[in-house]
Parts: sequence; C-alpha cells; structure tokens
Amino acid sequence: MKPAANTTVRSRGPWELAFERLRHDPAAIAASATLVGVLLLAMLAPVIASLVGHGPDDQFLDVGLSPSGIPIGPNRVFLLGTDSLGRDVLVRIAYGTRVSLLVGVLASALAVLVGTVVGIAAGWYGGFVDRALSRLMDVVLSLPFLVFALALVAVVGPSLTISVTVIAFFTWASVGRIVRAQALSIRELEYVQAARTLGASHTRIMFVEILPNVTASVIVYTTLLIPGAITAEATLSFLGLSVVPPTPSWGNMLADAMAYYKVAWWFVFFPGAALLITTIAFNVLGDSVRDALDPRRDQATPISREDAA
Amino acid sequence: MTPGSAQTSGAPLLDVRDLRVAFSTPDGVLEAVCGLSFSVDRGHVLGIVGESGSGKSVATQTMVGLTRGARVTGEALFEGRNLLAMSPDELRSVRGRGIAMVFQNPLSSLHPLYRIGWQIVEMIQAHEKVTKAQGRARAIELLGLVGISRPDRRVDDYPHQFSGGMLQRAMIAMALALHPRLLVADEPTTALDVTVQAQIIRLLGRVQQEFGTAIILITHDLGVIAEVADEVIVMYAGRAMEVAPRRELFIAPSHPYTRGLLHAIPRADLAGGRLTPIPGQPPSLIARPPGCPFHPRCTEAVERCSREAPPLAALPGAVRHMSSCWLTEGNA
Amino acid sequence: MTASHVSARSGEPLVSLEHVVKEFPVKRGSVFTRTRERVHAVTDVSLEVRSGETLALVGETGCGKSTLARCVMRLHDLTSGRVVFDGHDISTASHAELQPFRRRMQMVFQDPYGSLNPRRRVGSIIGDPFEIHGLASGAERVTRVQELMQLVGLNPEHYNRFPGDFSGGQRQRVGIARAIALRPDLIVCDEPVSALDVSIRAQILNLLTELQRELGLTYLFISHDLSVVRHVSNRVAVMYLGTAVELAAVDDLYEHARHPYTRALLSAMPVPDPDRSAAREEIILSGDPPSPLDPPAGCRFHPRCPRVRARCSLERPALAAAPGDAADHLSACHFPVADHETLATTIAGQGAA
Repeated sequence: MKPAANTTVRSRGPWELAFERLRHDPAAIAASATLVGVLLLAMLAPVIASLVGHGPDDQFLDVGLSPSGIPIGPNRVFLLGTDSLGRDVLVRIAYGTRVSLLVGVLASALAVLVGTVVGIAAGWYGGFVDRALSRLMDVVLSLPFLVFALALVAVVGPSLTISVTVIAFFTWASVGRIVRAQALSIRELEYVQAARTLGASHTRIMFVEILPNVTASVIVYTTLLIPGAITAEATLSFLGLSVVPPTPSWGNMLADAMAYYKVAWWFVFFPGAALLITTIAFNVLGDSVRDALDPRRDQATPISREDAA
Repeated sequence: MTPGSAQTSGAPLLDVRDLRVAFSTPDGVLEAVCGLSFSVDRGHVLGIVGESGSGKSVATQTMVGLTRGARVTGEALFEGRNLLAMSPDELRSVRGRGIAMVFQNPLSSLHPLYRIGWQIVEMIQAHEKVTKAQGRARAIELLGLVGISRPDRRVDDYPHQFSGGMLQRAMIAMALALHPRLLVADEPTTALDVTVQAQIIRLLGRVQQEFGTAIILITHDLGVIAEVADEVIVMYAGRAMEVAPRRELFIAPSHPYTRGLLHAIPRADLAGGRLTPIPGQPPSLIARPPGCPFHPRCTEAVERCSREAPPLAALPGAVRHMSSCWLTEGNA
Repeated sequence: MTASHVSARSGEPLVSLEHVVKEFPVKRGSVFTRTRERVHAVTDVSLEVRSGETLALVGETGCGKSTLARCVMRLHDLTSGRVVFDGHDISTASHAELQPFRRRMQMVFQDPYGSLNPRRRVGSIIGDPFEIHGLASGAERVTRVQELMQLVGLNPEHYNRFPGDFSGGQRQRVGIARAIALRPDLIVCDEPVSALDVSIRAQILNLLTELQRELGLTYLFISHDLSVVRHVSNRVAVMYLGTAVELAAVDDLYEHARHPYTRALLSAMPVPDPDRSAAREEIILSGDPPSPLDPPAGCRFHPRCPRVRARCSLERPALAAAPGDAADHLSACHFPVADHETLATTIAGQGAA
C-alpha cells in the first residue's frame, strides 16, 4: 500500500532514494572505505616506493635475503618482508594493486558495455535477432575460460591488453543475458508502448526508455563482476599469462610464493590477503548496492498474501 | 436480494473495537487504520466500502493475523475471543474453521503446481482428521456446490486450466470446506469480467442463505454493495465515515464523503451528463494532520473539522445509522 | 505519403476500419519456429469513428477491443483488412511513412503506474512528442510543456518531479498531457480510468470531456465499464470474442439494446441503488467466454445465448439494423430482442463452466 502522493512531500528521485539508503548502510560504508584504501594504495604506489626508498623491481640480494638466500620477514626496513629476489613485498603489492584494479575495472566495464548493448538489442528486437544473439551468448558462456586463455596467450604472447580482452570476452555474455531478460519485461510496459505511439525510433526507445531502467541491475552486476575479474586476472598472472615479469601483480606474486610458503609465510599471506580483502569489499558493496536499488524498498508496507494459512 | 435468516442472538459473531494499525516507514509512522469499530452478526453480510488507502484490507487482514510488522491495538472479538491477542498457532486454528478468506486474485492464492482438489483436501486435512478419499469426496461436493460443472473431472485440474471466474469459485469452495462461520471476501470480483462478477455475487448471496455464513465483503464498488450487503461501512483514510443499513445508505446518505461518492459515480442506468467529482487527492497516511481526514476535500467543512476528528455517532432517531461528521445533529 | 493536417469535417469519418482481422500466431520452437495455433483476436470488424465524436468500444476480457485499438494506432500489423485515417490507407504503412500520422493520433493508457517511465522526469516525458518530431527544443519546449501541464490541471512547477511523486490520478493527467501535446486529431483512450480510485475517475472523465471541447478532439474510448461509457460517449460498439455485436447511439444502446449479449451485459452491471438493482431484469450468463483460440462456429455468442436456435450455430449474423430501428442502430443477431421482450434468467449454456 503506497501512501498517496502529497505534493508537499519532498521530491526524491529514485537515484536519490537509493543513495540515501546506501549512506545509512554500515556494511556499505565499511566496504567503500576499504575500497577507497585500496584505490589510494594503487595511486600512491610511487609515493610509497619513494618513502621507503625501494622500487618495485629493485632487488636487494644482500640486505633483502638471509645469508642462505631465503626471503626475510617483516622488519623496519622491509615492512612486509621481501620476496624470493629480495624485493620489497609492500611496494610490490602496491604496484600490483594497480594491475588488479586496472584489469578488473577495465575488463568489467568493457564486458558491461558490450553485454548491455547486445542484451538490450536482443530483448527489444526479439524475433530472429534475439534468437541469434541468444545463441551467440550461449556459445560464449559454454567456452572454457582457462583452456581458451592458455591457447590465446600461446599464440599471441602474454600482456595486460590480452588479459583485459580475454576476461571481458568471457564475461560479457552473462551481462547480456541478464540485460536481455530485463529488456524483455520492460518492452511490454505501457510507457514503451507510449513511446512507439509517439513515433520514437528503435534506437531512441532502447536508449531513452529501456536503458535507464536496466541501469540499476547493471550497476549491481558490475560491482559483483569486478571481483570476479580481479580474481580471473590473478589466475591468469599466476599461470604467467598476464603481465610480464618483473611487473608485479598479486597473481604472479602468489605464483612465486608457492615454493616458499613453508619458510616465508609473509610472501604468500600479504598478496593473498590483499586479493581477499579487495574481493570481499567489492562483494559486500555489491550486495548493499543491490539492496539500495531494489524498487520494492520504495514502498511502505509488506503485507504478504502468501502468509495466508 | 433478500438477506439470509439472521440469528441475532444478542452477541455479534465478530466485534471489533477501536482497531488501530500502524507501520513504521522511513518517512514516518503510517497509520493505516485509526480507531475502527464495527460488528458483524451471524448470517449477516457486512459490506466495507473504501478506496485505496482507506484501510479496508489492512483492517481485516490484521484481524486474522496476516499483517507483518505492524503495531496493532484494540480488540477483535470473534465469538468472544480476542483474535489480536492470540498466538500464531491459535490463530491458525481459527483461520479456515472459524474465519475463511477469499482474495482478489485467485491465481496468486493458489499454488500453480498442485491440483485444485489436492489443495482443497490438504486444507481440510490440516484441520480435521479425514482420509484422502473422504477429503476428495468433499472437495468434489464443494466444487459442485459453487457451480462448477463436472466437478468430478475438474477436481484434478491445475489452476491454470481454470478461468478467472471458475478459480474464484474454487477459492470460495476452499473457503467453505470447513464450514466457517465468517467469510471475509476482499475485492473478490474486482479482477473479473462484469458477467462473471454477477455470477460470483449471486454465489455469495447463496452462501449466506444456504449456509448461514456471515460475510464481510470488501470492495470499492458501491454497485456490488447495493446488491448484496445488509449493512455497510464507508471507510476513508483508516476511519469509518458512515455506517448504515444498505437501503438507508443509498437513499439517505449522511456523510459528505458518501454523498460525494454517490454523485461522482457514473451510472449505466441513468442518462449521461457531467459528473460531480470529489476535488483533491486522497490524503497521505503519514504524519496526518489533526481533524477529520476528509476535511480538505469536503465542500461543507467548517472550522471545527480541521481541529478535531469527529467520533462515529448515531444519527438522531436512527440507531443503526451512524456518521462521523460534525455536521450531523447528534454530533454538534 | 503526405498527411494534410486539416482534419475531416465534423461528422465525417476520421478513421475507417474495413474488415479488419488480427490474429496472433502461437509459436513453438526455439530457433526456427512453427505456428501451431492462432489467437483470433479480431475477426472481420468494420467500424468508423466520426470526426468530433466519442465512439466507445465495450466488451469483456478477450473481446478484442484493445487489440482493435492497437490496430488503429498501428502498434500491430493487420492480418488483413484496412485502416483508413482521414482518407489515407495506413494499413501497411512503414515506420517512416507512419511518422506524420503519429502526430495526428495518440493514445492514453490504462495503467497510471506503467504508462510513465519511472526513471524520467515528467517534464521530459511530456516533452517527448516535441523532441521526437523536432518541433520545439530548449526553453520553448519547457514553456509548451508547462502550458500543457496547466491545461490538464497539474502544477507547472512540478516539471522536474518523477512519476513516483504523483498519485494515480495525477499520473494519468501526465499521460493525457503527453497525448495532447501535438494537438492530435484522434485520441484512443484505453481504459483510462479503470485503474483509478472511484472519487478520482470523475475528475479525469470531466477533464477528457473538457479537452475534447476545447481542442476539437475525436475519441475512441475503450472500456469494460458500461457506466463510465454512458457518460462520455456519443456512440457505442459492443464487442464479443473478436466481433462487433451491436453498434448504436449511446441512449439507444442503453434503452433499446437488441443483442442478447448487450442485454446481459447491461443487466450484470452493478448499480449503486438497491431498489433499481432489485427491480431490473437479471440475466446471468453461465460459464465464461470461450477461448479466442477456438471460437464457436456461426454466431460466436450462441453457446451462451438464451435465445439460441439452430440457425445461430450455422450462420454468422451480419451487423445490420433490426426491423423498425434507425439506420445507425446495428446489431449482429438473427433474432434481435425487441423492446418489450425479456430474456430467460440463468441459462444452462454449453459454455465452459
């Protein structure tokens, strides 16, 4: 039961309402703060490097390794310890954040862009266009990620660009499916019919009428896609398929650390923790965003008929 | 339509006293029902008329415990026992056997994946010890009673195989399965075509006459009320504006809201012409201003109306006709 | 195809429907589809809407009135038949060819909550017609939108509000403002008040009537509610299962209905007057309308008709004036009901009950 609209009630658009809810959600606040921290870490990586006086690729074979050649643990000089080549783990993690965020966000953005366009087109045009695009999405979704990535890199060689492209390629179809489903239900609504009676072109309807109503779920899905993309990048660089050494990324640091985990726990722990914390923060934020954007929260009371015995 | 034999043995079947239901929302406290009192006698049909936001559905649903997260005060005495004070288990045993409900959209009240007969039998078995065969026989009997042809075949159909009118009949059959003393029908015909609506209204009349079931009929349609109710309550913004026996309500409406409604309704039986609408919008139920909720839209409002909300008082000389208006003599 | 913007003289047909048929195939299959069955939504309907009048299309669910209205608006393609708008045959016109006509016919929808995009501001929504047809922009458009808002009884200062801030009746006004923005000739009103509260309906109906007078509009008014229709229409067409069964001037229809279905419909209308309600003829049809997937042969109403005879299941009756009736009172019945006749109550029809 909606309270009848009273013209003296302050007008709040749907985005404003969502933002209000988000502002008051403790989980969202904590997650956002964490992510701001991660972002700062990435942006300030050079600053950190100059503060401690170690570059990300500088090897300190004498000071950074024990006499027997094993990485040394956290101390005053190397705040998070060193890796197998005596490099500063803290600085490398900071620079690795850049790779992760860059790839994660870029790949997700690309996937969302393509997926949204395809999804809206499939949902709106229907008929043969829909069937063709849906089958395409089905095919893409059934391709195995790692096998394909390995094959591609074997042909082209590892790089950041390849990482982004590959991850985006495997992700756009799931966005497409969701957007298509939404577009299919929106096109039956009367305001879309109204646009048709006004003589609106297909493009106008798709972008002015359908897209804004799809944006909410797209945003939610994006915040949940990013951690997946970051993890995918970590996987790729773990296998040596992403950035080229000596460029640090969390994934290749973990790969290097595998052999040393018994003697140098910090080498595994800190990159792993960075990955975990970032992923969790995105997921929590995504959940909160989804709750905040849920249109059912705009209504006053839940009286559910389903309670009838 | 003549009313069924009313056994007015003194105590009413349902006696609601000063029911108040409020919800807390991010924008403030929403008072859906503010001090509603009414009673239903055995075998009588009470019509509750109101528009959206009037609180008519919230009131009855709260009575049987179907409202979550609400602050409820007041009493709802069903055969002497206060429904609002019962535990969920006690309420569950009252629902179905004492009070049964029929909703507007039968499709959402029935499970789409189970056969109709099965759902009826399941409901019976939840309250009484009967075998499957006995339950099934009763289900077939009930479906026939509500006018579904070939009930022996229809009992095994799924809800999607029934039309809208038939589904509503099936819902009524299910509601009657345990011989409830009171049937609450919440907008039972609103989603139906007019010719089907007429059939269902007729059926409700038969239920009253043949089973002696009391009925609370909730609707926004005054025409439906005119055909079937014995007594009528007109609700607005959570309060009762007028209570009257059926004929009196239509022939001598007292409250300005009732009169406004009757003038604003288009009629098929009278020649057309300009309608007299009620100006303005229904009020917000949050942060209600003092006074009568209808006064901003009332063409006869006086200063007092904006200060104090009038109580429901009997019209002079008419015990059963009450109005909540300062302009009624009994209230001056 | 050019479309002159001078509308037909009053009384002349503005829209002509000629033997319109609309069927929806029910498709099966996932990539390559096959058509198994067809929904016969509209079967051979011929009507005209005269300039300046309000023609109502009345009927229950499945009668095809909404589909027919959408055929007039060319939201659907016709299966066969013609739609002629002001002398121009638009039955097979392409999207581009229809553009000039889109300015001349508009629609008001039923659902005040679904007919406005919740993510757009109402000023933008009402301004759509100007933008789509490139007729006004910037400050001029804002002015014109605000004029429209005033015309329909909305506060122009609420230009930047979202639909969620308005009540049902106000949203409907927004929809009406959008529809009249380009001063169309024809407005198709699809159940414009059915989803509104009773006390608001009269406001919107009065608004529609006033606008018709002020702007010289022609209305095609779709409704299932016979009481509403009586107040706004000049002529009424009753539809049943895809066919027009009666067409008459409004008072003629209500007082001298000829078709048994019309009589049943009129008698089923709840009337807010206990005495009149008790006194009138009660015709309760048994069962529900059969499915448009498989309509009955002959007269489509015959399985539920109280006057059914052998001829009715064999021959579809044509829409024609009954003996003694005015030439513009048409009914499709082999045995039309005379004024003094009453119909039997509670018929045991062979309809699906």
